[in-house]
Amino acid sequence: MPEGRSSAPRTLFDKLWDSHRIETDADGEGLLYIDRVCLHERTGSIALAELAARGQSVRRPGHVFCVMDHIVDTRPGRGDATPVPGGENFIIGLRHHAARFGLRLFDVGDENQGIGHLVMAEQGIALPGLTVVCPDSHTCTLGALGCLAFGIGSSETEHVLATSTLRLGKPATLEVVVEGVLAAPATAKDLALVLIAEYGADGGLGAAMEFRGGAVARLDMEARMTLCNMAVEFGAATALVAPDAKTIAYVAKRPYAPAAPPEAAWQALRTDADAAFDHRIAIDAGAVAPRVTWGTSPAQGVNVSGRVPPPRNSSDRRALDYIGLEPGTALTAVPIDAAFIGSCTNARLSDLRLAAAVLKNRRVAPGVAAVCVPGSSQVKKAAEAEGLHRTFQAAGFEWRESGCAMCFYAGGETFGAGKRVITTTNRNFEGRQGPGTRSHLASPAVVAASAIRGRIASPETLDAMVP
Amino acid sequence: MPDELRGKVEPVRPFACHRGIAAPLLRDNVDTDAIIPSREMRRVSKRGLGAGLFANWRYADVGGRLPNPRFVLNQPAYAGASILLGGHNFGCGSSREHAVWALSDFGIRAIFAPSFGAIFRKNCIANGLLPGTVPAADLSTLAGWVAAAPQQNLLAIDLRAGKVSTAKAELAFGIRPGDRQLLLRGLDPIAHTLTAAASIDAFERARFDACPWAKLN
Repeated sequence: MPEGRSSAPRTLFDKLWDSHRIETDADGEGLLYIDRVCLHERTGSIALAELAARGQSVRRPGHVFCVMDHIVDTRPGRGDATPVPGGENFIIGLRHHAARFGLRLFDVGDENQGIGHLVMAEQGIALPGLTVVCPDSHTCTLGALGCLAFGIGSSETEHVLATSTLRLGKPATLEVVVEGVLAAPATAKDLALVLIAEYGADGGLGAAMEFRGGAVARLDMEARMTLCNMAVEFGAATALVAPDAKTIAYVAKRPYAPAAPPEAAWQALRTDADAAFDHRIAIDAGAVAPRVTWGTSPAQGVNVSGRVPPPRNSSDRRALDYIGLEPGTALTAVPIDAAFIGSCTNARLSDLRLAAAVLKNRRVAPGVAAVCVPGSSQVKKAAEAEGLHRTFQAAGFEWRESGCAMCFYAGGETFGAGKRVITTTNRNFEGRQGPGTRSHLASPAVVAASAIRGRIASPETLDAMVP
Repeated sequence: MPDELRGKVEPVRPFACHRGIAAPLLRDNVDTDAIIPSREMRRVSKRGLGAGLFANWRYADVGGRLPNPRFVLNQPAYAGASILLGGHNFGCGSSREHAVWALSDFGIRAIFAPSFGAIFRKNCIANGLLPGTVPAADLSTLAGWVAAAPQQNLLAIDLRAGKVSTAKAELAFGIRPGDRQLLLRGLDPIAHTLTAAASIDAFERARFDACPWAKLN
């Protein structure tokens, strides 16, 4: 196959790029072969409708997978109806077009339904060495498996469906070396929030970043997914972690994974010694403590034990005005109205276990609305098999069906205007979780601890709490 | 099935030159949730989204249509604006192409900012909207000149030359060469790529020979 001809040392990204590049045009744009596509009802329905209107076929329907995740209701007993005005049309539209084009659909009620980025990993659809796209910016999550994964727009999605290719300029490469020991209660989420706070919401420079170093190697697969998930909040084009024994073990025996995994080929998917990256960042995992955001950009964050910093510019002032906090306020003094555990960032089994460990034998503070939405129906089932749902429910959390839900108000549900929510999601933008809703990003452990305390809190401080 | 589920194809509009009123929105990290909140993405369609543009900032009442007089695009001085001047990382966040559809539907043809969200930038190109990069200091200069008399001090854009000019000065803006070509040609990207269908087929055959596991039925 048309591998790179050069024997020069290459980064993992270069290898994936070279093995998928069909041609490079006169303007330097590469035409990349795309192995797998994930569609969801929100924009997949539109892309497929446009394709149908063109009279265009889906070039390789067996490589396209559809999920209902963005606007499906997450309340128990759900059907097609959603609280979103007109939302049902997206669900009906995707179902109609998936059937018309012969695409595998993980429909509402399917035991494998879930947030697309979780389903793609759980089902073994995304694999090391593949290219994967989805009209969703958090597709970079799947880079944790060592596949080249891009979030794209609807028009590009139509292009991929019709041609099995994506045209894009080759991004620069960014090496993020993480050494040191990430110690509990700090998690991969906290690591990502530190990185973004230190280098900014555009610190990723539109680059293809690779997380490397001992601390990354020690992360389990789900934590790697959380880390890669946040790459888009860092302004990166995508993120990667080189496949290792953990990756191969994770992928093994999943429904769409090969019966005889090409382990040697997957192990070779790593950056060569001496390969040069365009940019480099080093970060000490040992210095990472539980984090929380105080503003309306994921970059506006501090340690949970910290204080709201003085504003540096008009963006900071605007954020403080929206979030309703004064500079100098201790974050642990900030009362919350709601706690949300869910989303493609932090709603995998390990996340729910972390939260449940904090919630065990405790109760959510009076007046705090608490909701847990498992990231997939498989996660929900696995959590229930361990009895985690009982821990959540006993603590006062609602236990829901899987979907993107309250992460971005797309399910039409919100905690309300002016309400302060501590959330395991990825974006604290103005209005992200509903008009006027104030979002504070944190790890599942911090969200659970805050729910118990009724104020922003780190889990290790709960023991000192007066019951 | 509602009509909007049937889709409707429209050609991509080429972009070469444009002259128009510019409006400053110079804050950093203007995200696509701000450009169009998810609740405004009601239709299974690319059209008619202009009313939802910047809804959280543009309207005084949540979910309503009462104009917020403080928002720049509601001010008479900027009526008819077709160019936006933005801050760093403009269009970051969600991949929703609705953000670009809403901007286009409202009448925006070009945005100048120091940097753009990567997916947003590509979505602009796919819809014939120009995302030009201009250093922050130059943007402040442009914004200052425009603000003195927005309806008179128009900006003139020449994409081929990569220049944006006022009556007094001319600035270079950045754009990737491939993006420039796509905008100038207004090509249908699918039709363009399908001219290379034989190369794609050949590449795919070689890929499946080398990595049979990559092929599903």
